[in-house]
Amino acid sequence: MLALVRLLVMLLFARAGAIAAEPGISLGLGRTVSDAEIKAWDIDVRPDGEGLPAGSGSVAEGERVYAQKCLMCHGERGANGINDQLVGRIRNDAFPFALDPSAKKTIGSYWPYATTVFDYVRRAMPYDRPGSLSDNEVYSVTAYLLHLNGIIDREVSVDAASLPKIRMPARHRFVADDRTTSEQFTDGEQ
Amino acid sequence: MNKNIPRRVIIKGLAGVGGALAAYSTSAQTAGMAATQSGAAAMQDPSKIPGGPPTAIGQRATEVGLHRETFADVASVTPLQDLHGTLTPADLHFERHHAGVPAISAQHHELLIHGMVDKSLKFSLQDLQRYPASTRLCFIECSGNLFTFGGERTSPQMLCGLTSQSEWTGVPLRSLLNEAGLQPKASWLLAEGGDAALMTRSITVAKALDDAMVVYAQNGEPLRPEQGYPIRLLLPGWEGNTNVKWLRRLELSDQPFMTREETAKYTDPLKNGTARQFSVVMDARSIITSPSYPARIEHGWHEIRGLAWSGRGRIVRVDVSTDGGKHWQVADLHGPVLPKAHTRFTLSWRWTGGGAELLSRAVDETGYVQPSLQQLVAVRGQASTPYHMNPIVGWLVQGDGQVLFKAEM
Repeated sequence: MLALVRLLVMLLFARAGAIAAEPGISLGLGRTVSDAEIKAWDIDVRPDGEGLPAGSGSVAEGERVYAQKCLMCHGERGANGINDQLVGRIRNDAFPFALDPSAKKTIGSYWPYATTVFDYVRRAMPYDRPGSLSDNEVYSVTAYLLHLNGIIDREVSVDAASLPKIRMPARHRFVADDRTTSEQFTDGEQ
Repeated sequence: MNKNIPRRVIIKGLAGVGGALAAYSTSAQTAGMAATQSGAAAMQDPSKIPGGPPTAIGQRATEVGLHRETFADVASVTPLQDLHGTLTPADLHFERHHAGVPAISAQHHELLIHGMVDKSLKFSLQDLQRYPASTRLCFIECSGNLFTFGGERTSPQMLCGLTSQSEWTGVPLRSLLNEAGLQPKASWLLAEGGDAALMTRSITVAKALDDAMVVYAQNGEPLRPEQGYPIRLLLPGWEGNTNVKWLRRLELSDQPFMTREETAKYTDPLKNGTARQFSVVMDARSIITSPSYPARIEHGWHEIRGLAWSGRGRIVRVDVSTDGGKHWQVADLHGPVLPKAHTRFTLSWRWTGGGAELLSRAVDETGYVQPSLQQLVAVRGQASTPYHMNPIVGWLVQGDGQVLFKAEM
């Protein structure tokens, strides 16, 4: 009887031209996009350098761009501004952030990848005019901030080949989430 | 409104109740004050006056003052102590944005999927709404959701109001990845918002294929601008920041992108000199929402009420203590108890005077027990991150009935 009902229901829908969409089937929706359309949005940069554009930047040029467009929020030489402190190393490159509330997370003390500086500045800075810097300006500001943090010399310029090779002081500090083994609390009284 | 009736006729028809409506509004606004000052005699009897007309958009009662509190132009918090049940009204859902709320028209918004897929595609909102829809209830909680700077005068809203629950409707992300043809080596995807921060997070393909959704509706209506209109990513149980709003791009990759948010910001330093990264799941947590600061209670029976939730699954038990943890009682859970969802718990309690200390402790289906602050600090360090702090918190009932936050956890 149940089989008969199912058959009738199937016939009913078949006659109405309705086909239930199975999970995983293609509906053929969405439009194909040109490479130019993708390129216009695909601005991310990975640690391996994938996504870095042509061009380069120098510390000196970065200092000029920073003074014009960054200093008002991030302060002279990347500190004491009204927004995030960008510059500062901790003695012996220690990593005391879980013990010392005064420790400052800066590019030099905390950021694990130099490529992230380029990616973030290009997509989101300056705050009031995001996306307004040229690629060379982004390279330059990145170089200046790396220099202020004591990571590259003043004479060094950065580009798509050199930026991914820069080893950040805190690079080795980051570990996978281990809470399911290290934080298996079973009794709130402990 | 019936288009066949000329507008002036309707206006004329409603004119008769206009005066009564004005009187009703005035009396409603002053009702609370009148009742306390000179008793019910000063109130007009609402059963003796015709009420107001229907309206295009409903409003809360004028004497109900539900509102978010805003934080430094970057966040606002849900009034947990003023809400019942588990659903957060959409206009009270917490906000956290990184470059303001963008003005986006759905007509000009598309979602690009590209990278390690067979064909790059852009989807309009109409495209997305043609896929088989999925609806679920779940919470979204900012991973930095413990603010004790108010000391003992801290309400649930100000303590941890960066958690809210909605019914979300959208398309399972796996449907879209299937449409684009996910390549076997793709293990991560970058989710990017279309706001002025172009906010980005790396998400595992495993999560994308599990229960991720691209949602376009919240509590039955289109998303609100501050919640990502027209579309946002929904990753049930994962920290709020990964639920990228104003979603415009998903790029498939064989490695994470190491964006600013997942390196410089939403990572968790530990006392051993390391920092946890991609610690995205929200652990079990609970809070008593009533009684709580700023309430002042009277002797007699009360219902202790609160919310419990876990990003790892269902809540299976909530323990409540009224004596600071010396004794615990099992609270009632109000069904249906859903995975990765706020769950309402209650326990009847008679306050007979004297000091009391109210605590709650959640247990989820993985067996995880909500820890004390001391337990968390023992693993992580005294100054450990504000992120993923989910300690047991409590309320002190003073001898005069005033409830205060127990600032010394």
